[in-house]
Amino acid sequence: MSDIAVLLVKVAGAIVWLLVLALYLTWLERKESAVMQDRVGANRASVFGLRLLGLFQPWADAIKMIFKEDFVPAFSRKFLHTLAPFLTFFFVAVTVAAVPFGDAVRIGGRLVRLQILDLNVGLLFVLAMLSLGLYGILLSGWASNSRYALLGGMRGAAQLISYEVALGLSLVGLILVYPSLRMSTIVEYQGGLLFGFLPKWGVFLQPLGLAVFFVAALAETKRVPFDLPEGESEIIGFFAEYGGLKWGLFMITDFIEVIIVSCLLTTLYFGGWQVPWLQSQGFVFPWGGHWAMSPGLVVVLQVLAFNLKVIFGCWLQILIRWTYPRLRFDQLMDLGWKLLLPLSLANILLTALALSL
Amino acid sequence: MIKTLRFSWEIIRGSLITARHFVVNMTFHTLKLFGVRTKRKGAVTIQYPEQRKPLPPRHRCLHRLLPRDDGRPRCVACLLCQTVCPAECIVVEASEDLDPEVQKVPSRFTIDLDRCCFCGFCVEACPVDAIRMDTGCIEMAELDRRDLVYELEKLRS
Repeated sequence: MSDIAVLLVKVAGAIVWLLVLALYLTWLERKESAVMQDRVGANRASVFGLRLLGLFQPWADAIKMIFKEDFVPAFSRKFLHTLAPFLTFFFVAVTVAAVPFGDAVRIGGRLVRLQILDLNVGLLFVLAMLSLGLYGILLSGWASNSRYALLGGMRGAAQLISYEVALGLSLVGLILVYPSLRMSTIVEYQGGLLFGFLPKWGVFLQPLGLAVFFVAALAETKRVPFDLPEGESEIIGFFAEYGGLKWGLFMITDFIEVIIVSCLLTTLYFGGWQVPWLQSQGFVFPWGGHWAMSPGLVVVLQVLAFNLKVIFGCWLQILIRWTYPRLRFDQLMDLGWKLLLPLSLANILLTALALSL
Repeated sequence: MIKTLRFSWEIIRGSLITARHFVVNMTFHTLKLFGVRTKRKGAVTIQYPEQRKPLPPRHRCLHRLLPRDDGRPRCVACLLCQTVCPAECIVVEASEDLDPEVQKVPSRFTIDLDRCCFCGFCVEACPVDAIRMDTGCIEMAELDRRDLVYELEKLRS
């Protein structure tokens, strides 16, 4: 009974974390793009004259979205048209279940993992769910019964399938190094030290894999350099026939995808919740220093480190989204099949060679 | 593949430029948040309704009809402005004045701001310097198009 209660609390916490972060990513996106372009950004939304740098803007947007008309075109397939945004949202949001937020904590004599489900195939689960998100895109394109939406959905399917290959293969090298698909084991392994001082993070062990994974993951989020499925300004995309809250669901799914990619990047390549040289007893510095800490403080630091890394990943993705122009479709395919795929294969070869030596 | 790799440094350099803009502007924003006054600002934005850019001295905006010493409009209803107006937005109706020094005054002087192109020809054509475009009023929005036809009384103020 209490197991279920713990699980429910963990699920609720993770979902709230995800949704609030996604909501504030819209704010971060507007503000960051503004600061990059020497502007100020959204700062007019106020509650009782309190502006707070536009922090209320996401809530105003949400309220606006709720009160919009829930319009379904007469020519669309009603049931599938309604189902599609929920499908995309579900398959992306469910991946948060495998993300480790922190180490196991002892609360009242019970060992609680700060992770919803510690699957032994956690990495495969995340990849599988991200791939299934494709069905929502195809479905929304098909159910809209409009040629623009259908073409957008087809472009999305082609793009996601191409980049899925490079994404999966870039992780093979990582799995060879950390011989596990379990997310928590991968993170625990990254707590070790390389040459006695460098943390064994994926970024140091698999730099080429990181580059390929990052580009492929950016393509998976369907945001600007790779936004051919959406292309809301010029080439109309798969949610052309959506409006109001359903469109909002697609948008929030985009932001959740950014968070999930950032979580994966953190967990696999930047040590997850590991802080460099922080052991369960406190800091142990490679030059011989020692700084003892209480276990509670260590857990708080680790969860904080995870969140900071995730937010940095989101920041980086938003920076990329506001820097580069969109790729043409043939350039996109070239990049996926002719550059990322050979590079990921070379990464596997190099890793295998290095490990067999 | 080799071609793409050759471009990769330029691609990374692009994001370094935007990242530099972000860091520099963010530094100035943070300094402002903590009350430190800096010469350079984090953003070039002018927060319009609160902050206004000073208008240039020769800026042409809403017209005004200048008064005589006794307060009546200086206009002698010569219709030169109406003739020269390329947008044909000025309509002047003349009437007789009892004062032999004046003789002719406008009984009606309307400018249709909906059509006005703010060329300033009426100001240059006026022989008695009765019309100028120096009010500094650049917000002339109305809820109805008909309200944009400004009458004599509105133009005098």
